[in-house]
Amino acid sequence: MSPIDEGHLHDDLNPRPPLEAHHPQAHPASAGATPLQRDAALTIFQKGAPGRRAFVCPDLDVPPVDVSQLLPECFRRAQPPRLPEVSEPEIVRHYVGISKRNFDLDSGFYPLGSCTMKHNPRLHERVAALPGHARLHPLQDPERAQGALELMWNLQGALAELSGLGNVSLQPSAGSHGELAGVLLTRAYHEDRGESRHKVLTPDTAHGTNPATVTMAGYEVVKLATNADGGIDIEDLRSKADTDVACLMLTNPNTLGLFDPNISQIAEIVHGVGATLYYDGANLNAIMGLSRPGDMGFDIVHFNLHKSFTQPHGGGGPGSGPIAVSDRVAPFLPVPVVVQRDDASFDLDYGTGRAGSKSIGRLRGFHGNYGCFVRSYAYIRSLGGDGLKDASQVAVLNANYLLARLKEHGVAEYLPLAYGDLCMHEFVLSGGPMRRELQIKTLDLAKRLLDFGFHPPTVYFPLLVDEALMVEPTETETRETLDAFADVIAAILKEAAADPEIARGAPYTTPVRRLDEVAAAKRPVIRQALV
Amino acid sequence: MLAAIGVGSLAEIFERQIPESVRLGRELDLPTGLGEQDVYEHLRSLAARNTSTEDELSFLGAGMYDHYVPALIDMLMERSEFLTPYTPYQPEISQGGLQVMFEYQTAICELTGLPVSNASVYEGPSAVAAAAYLAKLHNGARRIVASAGLHPHSLQTLRTNAHGFGMEVVEVPLREGVTDADAWAAAIDDNTSASIFAQPNFYGAIEDADALSAAAKASTWGPSPIGNGGSGARPPVGGAGPVGGANPVVIAQVDPITLGILRPPGECGVDVAVGEGQSLGNRLDFGGPSFGLFAAREEYLRRMPGRIAGETVDVDGRRGFVLTLQTREQHIRREKATSNICTSQALNALAGVVYLSWLGRRGIVELGELLLARTHYARERLAALAGVEKLHEQPVIREFALHLDADVAAVKRRCASQGVNPGVDVHALSGREDDRGVLLVAITERRTRAHIDRLADVLGAAIAAERGAAVAA
Repeated sequence: MSPIDEGHLHDDLNPRPPLEAHHPQAHPASAGATPLQRDAALTIFQKGAPGRRAFVCPDLDVPPVDVSQLLPECFRRAQPPRLPEVSEPEIVRHYVGISKRNFDLDSGFYPLGSCTMKHNPRLHERVAALPGHARLHPLQDPERAQGALELMWNLQGALAELSGLGNVSLQPSAGSHGELAGVLLTRAYHEDRGESRHKVLTPDTAHGTNPATVTMAGYEVVKLATNADGGIDIEDLRSKADTDVACLMLTNPNTLGLFDPNISQIAEIVHGVGATLYYDGANLNAIMGLSRPGDMGFDIVHFNLHKSFTQPHGGGGPGSGPIAVSDRVAPFLPVPVVVQRDDASFDLDYGTGRAGSKSIGRLRGFHGNYGCFVRSYAYIRSLGGDGLKDASQVAVLNANYLLARLKEHGVAEYLPLAYGDLCMHEFVLSGGPMRRELQIKTLDLAKRLLDFGFHPPTVYFPLLVDEALMVEPTETETRETLDAFADVIAAILKEAAADPEIARGAPYTTPVRRLDEVAAAKRPVIRQALV
Repeated sequence: MLAAIGVGSLAEIFERQIPESVRLGRELDLPTGLGEQDVYEHLRSLAARNTSTEDELSFLGAGMYDHYVPALIDMLMERSEFLTPYTPYQPEISQGGLQVMFEYQTAICELTGLPVSNASVYEGPSAVAAAAYLAKLHNGARRIVASAGLHPHSLQTLRTNAHGFGMEVVEVPLREGVTDADAWAAAIDDNTSASIFAQPNFYGAIEDADALSAAAKASTWGPSPIGNGGSGARPPVGGAGPVGGANPVVIAQVDPITLGILRPPGECGVDVAVGEGQSLGNRLDFGGPSFGLFAAREEYLRRMPGRIAGETVDVDGRRGFVLTLQTREQHIRREKATSNICTSQALNALAGVVYLSWLGRRGIVELGELLLARTHYARERLAALAGVEKLHEQPVIREFALHLDADVAAVKRRCASQGVNPGVDVHALSGREDDRGVLLVAITERRTRAHIDRLADVLGAAIAAERGAAVAA
């Protein structure tokens, strides 16, 4: 990606450009509005023709049966489901075609805050597809799944070392599922001590999944204020921490990209009232090999393998959200966990006799998202301990470099850093001055970035920052990319100073332009009408 | 870069932010990094120590099945444009993923006969728990009545979650392989929030879904609170006693691949259908990732968990898709969200809808009938062996349970030495005493008549040998 020539950009954009004038800065994968991408969207259900098909059913090699005898009429479907009637070439063209209406990490910079969009090495796809992994049935006898169990054992060990918490369950399916596990563990821990607590503390900077999880686990959410430095307001914490508090859920570094310097004091206060301290691992990419949640005093941590450990995000999953816990919470871990027997073989452990177990039980079927474990384990073995530390250091370096570039004249007066001075792996800018002085909102800036081939940062989160713009570049981006992004931000602001309408009308070069989300929600159309 | 930042060293960035007392101060105790080739060899050697469905003749099922996955799915799932984006927060550059969700929802609605579907949840058992939470939000009652025919993992997951929801789970036993209708009706009362069964059930039997749904609806009295759906008002939760005539939400855990020939749950009085999607074009992966399907009647739309793609137009009038009804979701509603789910299973759901397109309108029926015929053949063939009986006489589609007059684990070991995995040892899975001696056998289109005949020979010999050994002992 080459840096944008500002002068050229300005010539192109002033006066109000026709759409085609944006080609030089367009999405590199799209080269602007190609006919394919601007085709009317037809679903697979609107293609094909009666009788057309891809699937050839294997021959009936057993004696023919009378279906109505084996499956009484009252149980049978009267009409075939109206699935598409398409050939294989049509399926391939259709999905390859619509894939080109997606922006993706392999095509360009994706600085989505709190999402850790780092490169996904293709080796991981290759090893995950090996039949010994991909075609292994989850109920295979453990003695004939020793490779898989060893992999899980090794991954458990690595996550324990990274977190400083020795007891790991790989079962949760994603970060929010790990959070649910963690809060249910907290409940089990208190109940085991004969205590009934009702409240869970979450900072106002928390990810939305934290309070949502708290409600699902049957607790009341109590919000904690943020202090002037972007950390937990200690006085507010002191006033709210009482023996009715079950847990404090915290992200550190938090969603402002700031490491809370008072973490030890916070842990002391929380533990002082007998509550647990929960670590939302969404931001683990800032501290691998540098600092550990267990050493900070956390009892429970979840990992996002699809963030820190580069499981590809798949356009919204799959993810994987293992948890690691302290010894006092360990007896309640979900089952099963992988154990190593005395003879060095591996097994799945369901607890000491199901009846006597203190485990909270299962959170899902089988053993977790093993396919994600394979990829993340391959990543951990590729980087090694020193490499993981390097990854975090470069992630933080990149974030601070990009922040420094965005503190330059022409940007900082419109997009100031919301809190702090340095940052960890991400930072949050406020678009408040930009909105007031240039009459464009953070949303407009985000949409205008699309015309330049960048995925925008996370917008309007955390909620306490006015017109928030949350930027996480990750360690796998080059300095050239960071410079190009900073240059484009500056150029868009300059362009807005001349004519804010351009950003307000953006994007221009994408497969569709701004969409009417209000209409979509008012009268929801969530499936194709079929004939 | 350091000069631009204004620091003297990389270490300074950390020293200025992380207090010394919580800095690690040593290197991680992890192996050093390996080159790509060495990582490949290590992962390959681990894979080689697993016996996959390519390495033996496998009849394992019980929730995940060795169906054939067409090559085009591998190719499409590896495309960068599907593999590497995040959740589609910027719809203008995410139309591909959003359209896939919309198509997926269409396919799931059509299969289940229900008008609304989300874009996927994690997987089967947690989808059952998610449906129970929807029921709690809907009617505020506290009791979940669940058939013992649910997958043991679904029952266990439901119990784990229900404890957090502040709900209790009442299990209804089976009779002759299916949910005991009398016990089912008796268990459902005014304080029942949800009634849940599996179709087909865990032991392979086809349940009388109409009768179970009707019995659930008939068990309560008074006006339904359904009119409140979508008002945004929180129903009473965790309150004491009945909330007054709440119709329980009827939830079915379905197996989507059977729905080409089996009556869709939406036509059987079911309110919410959930299920494990692995059968639809997803690989086994030792249990995940796959996807969970979640479909419902219209009145539950605004209480659904997870992402939902909706159709709209852009400023130029072009058709497009967006994430819609986001006010249900955690990133907007926070503690008032209908679920905490964020990342779900978009890529796996893509495999699901591509698979359904590949099967097509006729293929899904032909496949269902093939499975029916082969499963019938296998069931009769195996039940004729000495020491083997059918666990029940109910209709089955692609899985059935047998009772062996021998120790199942020992029989399985004998079969394994012949390269045959005859099925799932149900007692080992469920821990239930009643399940001792039960073997669950799954038939997919990859298992031919010749394979089934070989299974019969090997299983018959293994049982005979085991019974002989038992007599000798």
